[in-house]
Amino acid sequence: MNLSGWGQFPTLDATVLHPRTEADVARTIAQGPLIARGMGRAYGDAAIARRTLSMRHFNRMIAFDGDTGQLIAESGVTLGEIIDALLPRGWFPAVTPGTKYVSLGGAIAADVHGKNHHKDGSFGSFVDWIDVMGPEGTVTRAMAGDDLFHWTLGGMGLTGIILRAAIRLRRVESGWIHQNLHIAGNLSEAIDIFEDTAAATYSVGWIDTVTGGAQMGRSLIMTGEHSTRAQLPLDKRARPLAVPRRKGPGVPFNFPAFALNPLSVRLFNMAYYNANIRRPMAGLVDWDSYFYPLDSIDSWNRIYGARGFMQFQCALPLESSRAGLDALLKAISDSGASSFLSVLKRFGAQDSRLSFPTEGYTLALDFPRSQRAIALMPLLDKITADHGGRFYLAKDSRVRAGTFHQTDPRWTSFAAMRRETGLARAFASAQSERLSL
Amino acid sequence: MSSSILILGARSDMARACAQRFAREGYDIQLAARDPETLQPDAQDLRVRHGVTVSLHAFDALDSAGFPEFLDGLPVLPNVVLCAVGAMGVQADSQDDPSKAAAVLRANFEGPALILGLIANRFEARDSGTIIGISSVAGDRGRASNYVYGAAKAGFTAFLSGLRNRLSKGKVRVVTVKPGFVATKMTEGMDLPARLTAQPDAVADAIWNALQKGKDVIYVKGLWRIIMTIIRLLPEAVFKKTSL
Repeated sequence: MNLSGWGQFPTLDATVLHPRTEADVARTIAQGPLIARGMGRAYGDAAIARRTLSMRHFNRMIAFDGDTGQLIAESGVTLGEIIDALLPRGWFPAVTPGTKYVSLGGAIAADVHGKNHHKDGSFGSFVDWIDVMGPEGTVTRAMAGDDLFHWTLGGMGLTGIILRAAIRLRRVESGWIHQNLHIAGNLSEAIDIFEDTAAATYSVGWIDTVTGGAQMGRSLIMTGEHSTRAQLPLDKRARPLAVPRRKGPGVPFNFPAFALNPLSVRLFNMAYYNANIRRPMAGLVDWDSYFYPLDSIDSWNRIYGARGFMQFQCALPLESSRAGLDALLKAISDSGASSFLSVLKRFGAQDSRLSFPTEGYTLALDFPRSQRAIALMPLLDKITADHGGRFYLAKDSRVRAGTFHQTDPRWTSFAAMRRETGLARAFASAQSERLSL
Repeated sequence: MSSSILILGARSDMARACAQRFAREGYDIQLAARDPETLQPDAQDLRVRHGVTVSLHAFDALDSAGFPEFLDGLPVLPNVVLCAVGAMGVQADSQDDPSKAAAVLRANFEGPALILGLIANRFEARDSGTIIGISSVAGDRGRASNYVYGAAKAGFTAFLSGLRNRLSKGKVRVVTVKPGFVATKMTEGMDLPARLTAQPDAVADAIWNALQKGKDVIYVKGLWRIIMTIIRLLPEAVFKKTSL
């Protein structure tokens, strides 16, 4: 069957295997190289290979400790399922990406980050151990401190099959987030706001990549805190953890559900900014709308049409962030290619073997696939490289191997390790082959 | 005291989905299958997600002599029993080898009918309970491609119908479920039409809704009721020439 990532590009004629037991997985590994796949939310070619191993049947929660918040679960369990089961008992994922339809295994493999990275680090900061099946079919429990543990966090599934893991959740008193909106008239103001709001638990910026000139980089920066029970209005205090399933009107800063065709992108960038600067500056938002605005649009990736779309996400070190972001925004604005949802976020310090985040700023863009966008990409790559930045493999579908290794030499030693230990013969994705990992 | 459901053939994908659905509604779960210890992760999952009580029970649908002992070993006579026991077999094998055909007939008809018959008697004595049998559209009319399996399911459908008729004066209910194509281990690798194929979760939802609405016979996807009505109405002279 034709298989692709969430961005619908590239596609690959793949055999998808659906093991149900560990013995099935071991047998499948022995039969040739493959890559594990969870919910298929990586945008590019990270979870596709000629032989792709779906982990969807490994979706059981094994144990939950209500004192420590430690959950042991199989890798196919999604963050959404974890929230469904454990938010009613007052627990929430400590780190969550922008979709709840991500599997535990995928979250570990990409070492995903969330709006609280500047305070809490990435998903891996809350992982206690990971069970990984290696090339010979043996299962190793990798603990923090073990090489295998640190190669597996952010290792894009290239160290083996992630079978299960123990993670720590965060205690919350309610399912609601207090959100504050900060308006930045240009890039410099946006960065100042991020630096000034460093104490906020959550912060993320939507950045206008269309408008140039003096207003280039104008942004809406949203900070948020888990609401305590006492902070909730009276009508919500009786059942603070219960959030209505369907989102009603009146939720501040909700994303629109209109068609995302390329022509509307430019309009949207302006309208979104203008609509929101007139909204109330603070408000109470339910967890689903706050963390997962796009999840409410089923299969939103298809709105871009069959051509798919291209994600670009880089992280720039703190010292070169202003100059790098400035150059990236100029290049986008000059190209006429429009990114629909562009997200700016401050990363906190992180020193991992392979994980993407590094202290500084990250910019995430998504472009409908067009000639203009395709032509723009190498330019964005070069600006990123020139400013000491790196690329996010969970988003990537087209960076060249040379550029990638130049920007992220950590992966060069990882690739050498994989060749020496036989991992490279057992676990490979379209991405690992493209990037010589 | 909370309600409980006994799930026979608990390893199947439909059974697993139903266990999740009923646990979500607060039902305690009794999972019955061969080698029940291998269902431990599923039991743990139900406990962690839903905080319900889960017990595991050895059950072999082909061992009818052991049925009374199996029922006596349950922690409590459940409020609901769901029978998801079944095995499609391979039609060609069933045609060539009577012992293989017998296995299909026993797993899909004899075993399920006999255990539900015993449970029906206990429910009748208590004057409460719901029996849910997962039968198949394959039982609506015998077709060349799977008539041994279809015949067993036809028998099971008739058995459930008779049971429902017999118990209709009391408070015991009987529900027949005809799922149509379902994306399960049984159908993995088959090229099934998407519009006619249900996910196991959808089957579980349909069963739960049927219970709430007091339905007797349900097709999971409405289209199947129309298709099977047409297939049943075809004159035999026409039907025998088709390849469906």
